[in-house]
Amino acid sequence: MALLELDAVSKTFSQRRGGRAVQAVAGVSVAVGKGETLGLVGESGCGKSTLARLALKLVDVTDGRVRFDGIDVTGFASRRMLPIRRRLQAVFQDPLASLNARMTIAEVMREPFDTHGVKLGAGLEARIRELLSFVGLENIDIQKLPGQFSGGQLQRIAIARALALEPEIIVADEPTSALDPSIQAQIVNLMLQIQRKRGISYLIISHDLDVIGHVADRIAVMYLGTIIEQGTADTIMQRPLHPYTQALLSAAPTLAARRQVGWKRIMLTGDPPNPADVPSGCRFHPRCHLARDICREKVPPLRAMPGTGQMVACHLAPEETARAGAEVGRARRGLAAAS
Amino acid sequence: MILSVRDFAIGFQREGQNLVAVDGISFDVAEGETFVIIGESGSGKSLTGMSIAGLQPPTAFVSGSIRFKDREMLKRPDAELRKLRGPEIGLIYQDPLSSLNPVWPVGDQIAETLVAHGLAGRTEARKRAVEMLERVRIPDPRRVTSAYPHEISGGMRQRAMIAMALAAGPSLLIADEPTAALDVTIKAQMLELLAELKRELALTIILITHDMGVVAEVADRILVLYAGRIAEVGPADSIMLQPSHPYTAALMTSAMISQTPAKQELNAIVGGAPGLGAFPSGCRFHPRCPRAQDDCKAIEPPRRKFGAVELACHHPIEAAMSLQVARS
Repeated sequence: MALLELDAVSKTFSQRRGGRAVQAVAGVSVAVGKGETLGLVGESGCGKSTLARLALKLVDVTDGRVRFDGIDVTGFASRRMLPIRRRLQAVFQDPLASLNARMTIAEVMREPFDTHGVKLGAGLEARIRELLSFVGLENIDIQKLPGQFSGGQLQRIAIARALALEPEIIVADEPTSALDPSIQAQIVNLMLQIQRKRGISYLIISHDLDVIGHVADRIAVMYLGTIIEQGTADTIMQRPLHPYTQALLSAAPTLAARRQVGWKRIMLTGDPPNPADVPSGCRFHPRCHLARDICREKVPPLRAMPGTGQMVACHLAPEETARAGAEVGRARRGLAAAS
Repeated sequence: MILSVRDFAIGFQREGQNLVAVDGISFDVAEGETFVIIGESGSGKSLTGMSIAGLQPPTAFVSGSIRFKDREMLKRPDAELRKLRGPEIGLIYQDPLSSLNPVWPVGDQIAETLVAHGLAGRTEARKRAVEMLERVRIPDPRRVTSAYPHEISGGMRQRAMIAMALAAGPSLLIADEPTAALDVTIKAQMLELLAELKRELALTIILITHDMGVVAEVADRILVLYAGRIAEVGPADSIMLQPSHPYTAALMTSAMISQTPAKQELNAIVGGAPGLGAFPSGCRFHPRCPRAQDDCKAIEPPRRKFGAVELACHHPIEAAMSLQVARS
């Protein structure tokens, strides 16, 4: 049984002053198993952060169910959610914004214990020290304020705080995006270590395909509020079947791709889509180089590909997309194109 | 050389102390190349870029020399620098709204650059603004000329900013993190556009970034800056594929994520970059360096030639070894 399950969830935000309603998430189903990492990728406005907030129950779904360890928590008010929250924690992109700037690190770290009525008495400081040293911050002054630490240190503090009550899953929204490259690698390593030592699950949301491809067991790709492709990390990174996934993967060149002569990307034309103005048929069709009549007219269902279990929402997959997908995967790994 | 920087230093006075942010760096940029300055927060990369255009903060003290087309840029009066920005040097930033005026139609802003530099009269300038918007592949440029910045999409704003930077026909374009806030597919469009414009307009580009993917795609030569000093400078292929400086190697390892087997720990360096006024003795990278020895703590490494690059390191990585680093 999945630990965290979003079952056909939707979220519609109604705009103020009688504006049009915006459906940020439109019927998405994803599940995260015990000890598993699900990576959720997509660009600005695709609904990935809203999906994270639905999973954390920071906002309520408009439609669909949210289940935690088999318990339907969809209608749970905050008091009933409290015992679930201990088991389900969050880490966000900007640690300075997510930690209270006026609280000392000691207070920041103590807060989850207070919220959940965990009384450690004299043992509290030792527990805080233990958590901080677990994330690689042995000798920091816990009487200092967040503003006195670097971005990398703050992200470690945010992770230590999330671990305080020994959760079973952490939902991490762009956990490395605000950090310098040499610090990103440290945080990736820390998250991998935590998983190895504690068997924790992750739902990691990011636009960084390299990071997601490295840490995730399975990957779901979002476009304009829907999942357009889902599968194991290997299949998505090496044989993506949806033209959008292929474009995403080929948009960001890897160093390996640089070694190749004649490397070429699949270029998307046009702007990122607007959730307030959803195209007919396949939501991706206005930017898709393969689009034809059926794509403009009919919504492609997310369907399983024979053999691999990869799920793709494209009328033309795999027949017309498999070859390009394999090429994109090879190019990323620095392999020459197949003749 | 279109640009020669010699012993350039810039710093600030804070509480009676001189805090040096960039500490005596020298490099050349050749005409027509894409020269990339890589560095993390606090490395001094943006200060260096801005100083080339004469846009260093007024409170900063500077020394050394920055010669652009045989003109000394440091300590040149503001009025003269203003005359160079536009016709000689164009600038683009991460946030297009920082260079576009929100209460002025886009086309008028581009036209104004031309009028202000005496390059065209009003009517002619308006016509050229439309041409410029067309040049940066804005569909329907006539509509966009009369639009306000908030009325067009983020990608279009980015293009309009580039059009404005290039309107007066500069030969050097300085781009400070131009793609940092963009989604990957839009970033890809920007990079292709810059490459095309570079060819069409015979531009020299100085790109300031910490995004290794962007570097991989566009760089001809690379300068790696760490805590206000040059770690390594040389041809892009040598620096990216066979880094000699341990800091560069670490940066590339984080960029080589796709080459590391999934879920395996990355070859990360410890700690973070030092802040202004807290630069370590000897080699500034030594507290984080896996190869550091006693001499690194005591003696600042001099810059020297090493294979195809110039670097400042007592114990650089030999070529054969760096290939291993890249593969591991």
